[in-house]
This record gives sequence, structure tokens and C-alpha cells, in this order.
Amino acid sequence: MKIQKPAMAGTLESSDCQVTVEKGQGTVELELSSSVINQYGEQIRRVIQETLTKLEVEDVKIVVVDKGALDCTIRARVECAVYRANEETGPWRELA
Amino acid sequence: MLNAVGRDIPEEVVKNTNKEIFKGVHYYDGYTYEKKGPKTKCVNRSGGDKLVDSIRDVLFKCGIKDGMTLSFHHHFRDGDYIVNMVMKEVHTLGIKDITICASSLGKAHDLLCDYIEDGTITDIQSSGVRGRVGQAISRGKLKGYAIMRSHGGRVRAIESGEVKIDIAFIGAPTCDDYGNCRGIGGVSNCGVLSYSMVDADYADKVVAITDCLVPFPNFPAHISMTKVDYVVEVDEIGNPEKIATGAAKPTTDMRKLMMADYCTQFVINTPYFKDGFSYQTGVGGASIASTISLAKVMKERDIRMGFGVGGLTKPMCDLLINGQVDCLLDTQDFDLDAVKSVENMKHFRISASEYANPFNKGAIVNKLDFVILATLEVDVNFNCNVVVGSDGVITGAQGGHPDTAAGAKCTVVLTPLLQGRTPAVCNEVTTVTTPGESIDVVITEYGIAINPARQDLIDCMKDVKLPFMTIEELRDIAYSIAGEPQKVAFDERVVGIIEGRDGTIMDVVRQVKI
Repeated sequence: MKIQKPAMAGTLESSDCQVTVEKGQGTVELELSSSVINQYGEQIRRVIQETLTKLEVEDVKIVVVDKGALDCTIRARVECAVYRANEETGPWRELA
Repeated sequence: MLNAVGRDIPEEVVKNTNKEIFKGVHYYDGYTYEKKGPKTKCVNRSGGDKLVDSIRDVLFKCGIKDGMTLSFHHHFRDGDYIVNMVMKEVHTLGIKDITICASSLGKAHDLLCDYIEDGTITDIQSSGVRGRVGQAISRGKLKGYAIMRSHGGRVRAIESGEVKIDIAFIGAPTCDDYGNCRGIGGVSNCGVLSYSMVDADYADKVVAITDCLVPFPNFPAHISMTKVDYVVEVDEIGNPEKIATGAAKPTTDMRKLMMADYCTQFVINTPYFKDGFSYQTGVGGASIASTISLAKVMKERDIRMGFGVGGLTKPMCDLLINGQVDCLLDTQDFDLDAVKSVENMKHFRISASEYANPFNKGAIVNKLDFVILATLEVDVNFNCNVVVGSDGVITGAQGGHPDTAAGAKCTVVLTPLLQGRTPAVCNEVTTVTTPGESIDVVITEYGIAINPARQDLIDCMKDVKLPFMTIEELRDIAYSIAGEPQKVAFDERVVGIIEGRDGTIMDVVRQVKI
């Protein structure tokens, strides 16, 4: 899936995360900050990457500001941001 | 060296501090020692007063110099002005290498970071540290070790001479010109002065700082003129409105109310819940809520509480107003209702020593039936951590946690299973503050785990309809939701010591990697 325009999903509330995506420079460029980076940094990176792979996003600059969100929340916010960046309404169910 | 809670205490720390490693909660029962008294400058001239014009003048009169130990109390919590007021002057005078011996430090004291950086302060001894000072310590800014003691442990350290206080500062809501201090009756009231009572008994110099000078005699005095050297009048000693910020908050969170309800169901099904029982809660939202739900059952079953201990908040004081408890024993007031309640004839002020000191001839915590506590983390061995955040940064305080847990017949810990994403029930706590042998039951919104060491409690809950499970099962649920956390990476350097009540080393806190 292609990132056609910048888009955002999520909030900065506790247990949520805010995801911003924009066109990349040919690769996946991830910028992560998290209130639980010491305990869950690796796991959060993995979940973001897996979600992008599932959506076949290979060219994106993605910024995630995490406030202790669970994996399911992170996944949902990343998906939402990507779909908003693509104008398509996503096949939400297939991804579940 | 491995201690009794399985923590590896570096030899170097044991050598530097001359402390033993923790060997079990009752290791020092029956220990005999001699207390160390203060240097006392007599006043036997007729008349006169003890008034001094300014903080600066009183520092000179007390012979302030490099390397001294200054003590403070934290009854004003986030509304405290005394620590900053005194330390600003100490800093202006260019004094270095000060040890702060406070009953606790919090967000009101962020200013101290600058004084840690420039060497004005090199050592901190406190119940714990919230706010920026905690971060500074965790980042290795302090020259010496930060020593974290429980409220009872602090009294022990002072009375046994392990700490020698050179000058004690007391923020006194009212005071007369001869040094009789009270926690009430003034403009900025904090209720009681319990933590300062030991400082007044053992410090070489004692300074009362007040914003409400009253005619002699300010009786009944909470701290007597017989212990006070000087009195300084200032504009403001603190903001009582800020006492209830930080740790003490009432809750509307459904999860916490549910835990409070589980707690009450547990408490009333133990054999200790009978007429005349004794009870204390911490000031976490769920703990406070549990007092409210317990009061209902007490009313229904016509059961009275013998005495309540605190750390007091409104719901405990309401028990007194409603005639549901015979008396309250008070070391600290966590909201303005509790401050007001101090005027009640059956609301008794106690010293921190009477409350929790393990090295006197018996403290009130030993007579507790129940204590309801919170925690940041609890591990599968029931060890609790209330000082260091799961990210490795110092962010809380021991308070009376280890004291009451050791003393009470039934120690209940209430915690949401997840604090944000961080599992509160885990394999191993970041640092141990309260040993698992003192913790009897852990209550979360997902289930309740009784310490297997308490077969008696397991037996009496056999027919009780509550979601009992093992502590390992609780951990598994937490990890299944949040994932298993990575180990936090620390540097080798030890920046803090978690001291057991008896002065042994419970754990160390290491510098965080930035």
C-alpha cells in the first residue's frame, strides 16, 4: 500500500499512541518514543514493523509517540494512519 | 552477597556503608543497644524568648558549616516551603557537602537538583523521592548514596546514632516565642508533627519555623519548648491545599472500586474482622475506597473498629465522626479533613517512633490487624517495590509500607494488574522495598492471590466466592495482555540503597542508562 499523503491516528492519552505517517524515501523509517521504551521498546518496534509488512507498506516515514499502549492498540493506530494516508477504506476485517 | 530476599548486594556497598545485608523481618527481635542523645545547650535565664530574625541568622547561630546533616519533615508534602527556604540560604552562604535527612522529599523540592549538581548537597536520606530529584539521583548526580528508609527505619537510624542530625528544621503551623509547636491552630495547618518529634529529641540544634506566632503557652504542644533552640517567623511555611496532591487522591475508577470491593470481602471473611479490630490503609485510590466499602459492612453487622492508624484521610476520619471507631492514631494527615479532625478528642497524635520504629520497646504497627497497601510492582515471591519505577528511575517512597506490612496480622496489597502497560505482578520486582514474607495477599481486578505461607488464610477463604488464583497465574494474565517486559538496562554504579527497617540492606538502586 502506498502512502499518498500525510496522515495521523491516535491520541496522546495514557494507554494510547499517536501515529503519523508520510511519504518516505524508499524505505521504512521509524521514529519511536515511548513511556515504556526501556521495557517494551523492542516489542513495540516489532509490532509496528509487522503491521506495516502486513499492509505492504515499504516506503514510509512513520512517527509513533507511545503512551503505554497495548499491542492491539498500536496495531490499530498504525493501520488507521496508513489507510487515512491512502484514501482507500481498508479491508478492516481481513486484518483481524 | 545474596540477602534473604535473594538480592545480590555488592560487597563494596556493604563495606562502604558498614551495614549488614537483610536477613529476615524479625532478625533483630530482642536486640539490645544504647541510644545516642543530643548535645543540649541549656536555657535557664529568666524571661526572654528564642526568636531569631531570619533563616540566615539562625543558620549562623546554629553554627552552620560544610558537611552538616540537616533534617526536615514532609507533613506539607507537595505544599512544603521549608526545605527550599532553608536550602536557598545554605546555598547562598556557599556551604557544601550537606546531608539532607528528610522524612520524605517530593515534587515541591525540584530546586534541590541544582544544589545536588553544584555540590551543596552530597547525600540524601529520605523515605523516597518523587519528581526531578529522583531522576537526578537515578542519573548518578548525587556524590554519595541516596538512602531510602521506611518511616520506622528513619527513627531507628536517628535514635541508634547511625545518623547524627546537626540541625533540625520544623515547619510549625503555630509556635510561641519559646518554641512550643503545634500542627494546628494557624494559617497553614498540617495537623500533626509526628516525623519531627524524633528530630526534636535527637538533633543538636532544633529550629522551629512558623508563619503564625501565638502567645505563650501554645498548649498542648505537639513539640515542646524543652527541645527547641530557636524560633523564626516567616511569611509562609507551606500550602495546605497541596497536601492532598500526588499520592493521595479519591477515585472514581471502576477497576479500583472493584478491587476495593474484593478487599472488603476478603477482610470481612478473616477471623480478625471482629469487634475491636484495628486497621490502617495507605493513600492509594483503591485503599481509600476500601475504607468506604468496609464502613458499610461494619454498619450492617454492627462491628466497631478499635483503633485506626494513619496516614489518615477523610474516610478514616468519617469513621470517628460516625462513631464506628473508638480512636484514631495519627502520624500524618493526607487531606484537609484529616487535618481538621486532629482537634477531635479521640484523634490522637503519635510520634513516628510510636508508630513504626522497630528498635523501640514495641510500636503501634505491631498491634495492627489489617493494613491495606498499594504497590508499584509485586513479584511471584510477593516482594513489593514502592520506590523505583519499572523504568528504573526512583519515583516513590517507602513510607510506612514495610513497617505496617511487617507489623500487621493481615497485610493486603491492592494493585491494578497493569499500571498502564507495565505489569504490576511480575517475575522479579525492579527493587525490593517490602519483603514477601510480610505480604499476605495481593488483590487485583483480575484475581486474588494469597501468599502460600499463609495456609490459615487460604483455609478460611475456602468457601468465599472471590476469584482466587496463584500469584503466578496473575503474572501470566498480565504478561499475556502486555507482553513480558525486557529487563531494564542499568549501569554498574550504585546510586541508592533501599534500607530495611532494621538498617540492613534490602536492595540497591543502580544508575540508569541514558
